[in-house]
Amino acid sequence: MSSPRIEVAPFRLSGVVYSVLLNHRRSLASLGDAVSAPPYRGAPKSVVLAVKPRHALLPPGGNLLVDDDSEELEVGATLGLVIGTTACAVAEADALGHVAGFVAACDGTLPRTSHYRPQIRAMARDASCVFGAEVVARERAGDPDSLSIRVFVDGALARSASTADHVRSAARLIADVSDFMTLRPGDVVLTGSAPDGPRVRAGATIAVEIASVGRLETRVTIAEARRPR
Amino acid sequence: MKRARVAYSGAIHEATPAGADAIRLDDGRVVGEADVVWLPPFEAGTVIALGLNYADHAKELAFKAQEEPLVFLKGPGALIGHRGATRRPADATFMHYECELAVVIGKPARRVARADAMAHVAGYTIANDYAIRDYLENWYRPNLRVKSRDGATALGPWLVDAADVAAPPQLALRTFVNGRQTQSGNTRDLVFDIAFLIEYLSEFMTLSPGDVILTGTPEGVVDVGVGDEVVCEIEGLGRLVNRIAGDEEFGRAGAASAQGAKRESA
Repeated sequence: MSSPRIEVAPFRLSGVVYSVLLNHRRSLASLGDAVSAPPYRGAPKSVVLAVKPRHALLPPGGNLLVDDDSEELEVGATLGLVIGTTACAVAEADALGHVAGFVAACDGTLPRTSHYRPQIRAMARDASCVFGAEVVARERAGDPDSLSIRVFVDGALARSASTADHVRSAARLIADVSDFMTLRPGDVVLTGSAPDGPRVRAGATIAVEIASVGRLETRVTIAEARRPR
Repeated sequence: MKRARVAYSGAIHEATPAGADAIRLDDGRVVGEADVVWLPPFEAGTVIALGLNYADHAKELAFKAQEEPLVFLKGPGALIGHRGATRRPADATFMHYECELAVVIGKPARRVARADAMAHVAGYTIANDYAIRDYLENWYRPNLRVKSRDGATALGPWLVDAADVAAPPQLALRTFVNGRQTQSGNTRDLVFDIAFLIEYLSEFMTLSPGDVILTGTPEGVVDVGVGDEVVCEIEGLGRLVNRIAGDEEFGRAGAASAQGAKRESA
């Protein structure tokens, strides 16, 4: 993936992207009593993550791809933490020191009704996760835990959220993830999006705005013809 | 042909077998196989892993075999080479190996039909894909804390060319813990075979050279402890050796808290 512009170390992204799931306070609340029933049997204790594979990642300006007119994507607008220095088993108090900066991302997934299995068909699709044009240095962007995130679809405000509503703060995420996976310079941790993001189809234009981080724009486009069956 | 990647005397080399306990480096030197640092035998891209892909193992874990494959992705830090050490956290009570046939992609695969799928395979190696069951939760299960841990997926020793393995591979697979056999199966018993997996995955996710599919493990997983030697063997591919190490070796305090110990801040 060609990187967003980064004016501080690590200067380029590594291509390793972890996406934090269920990190918005409403995510579990919206499931109601189902959280304690099978198959879940209780709220998650550890951080819940997915890996974004290389072909899912789109450079700034890239288009989200769908197969046809009928396919619907759920828009996940999320703040990405860009790692600046290697973080292995770091304490929460030291964690933000390993973050070089922040980037906006728009993660398009197929809508899911279950959170039991990884469902990579819905979440690891080619050309499904767009990055903003710039990684803003941490010192310049300020507190990552009080940033407003707004999503516009075809120019109209479709969703408003804030990182203040995250279950785990940016520092806590870095600490918890680095407890079992070393984060390296250029790795990105997407901190999570609000549940039930806007649904979009081919032709939609999407803008994600994160306060003091920036705005990214993308468009939903139909992929080239499928292999005939 | 069998190829390895090793570090020796300050550089990384490609290596080939040279008798029982020796390997030949790409610069012609023949060195003892225990005198090099074995790396994963290829530069891995996306690491794709299967759960419950042998009917007997699914039964062992009390699951019905599923209609769609259970697939998850791992981070790159999970990978280590032959003769590596994997950490067992002090609070774990059930950590088990998983001996798996690893399929390495050689050609870009996008929306590939089953009939063409095997032509996209570069070769095979052995994976030992550890899991720590204490950390298993029912959200996006198996969660990464169980299955994408630093150094908990060993690959190697060799990348064996696809041309040297009859397709589809029907290879006996065995695991030994401290010399005692604990697991046995055959890759012919995959619920979802390699051609299916390439067709299935490439439908929504382009596969590129270096991407690797860990095809799952049969029954016979047992708890392993610090100091144990775990050897995963697949017929024709070799023997992948791994050692279980404790928290001390990794500078971890070994506390039993839910998130494990944090290193003192420097």
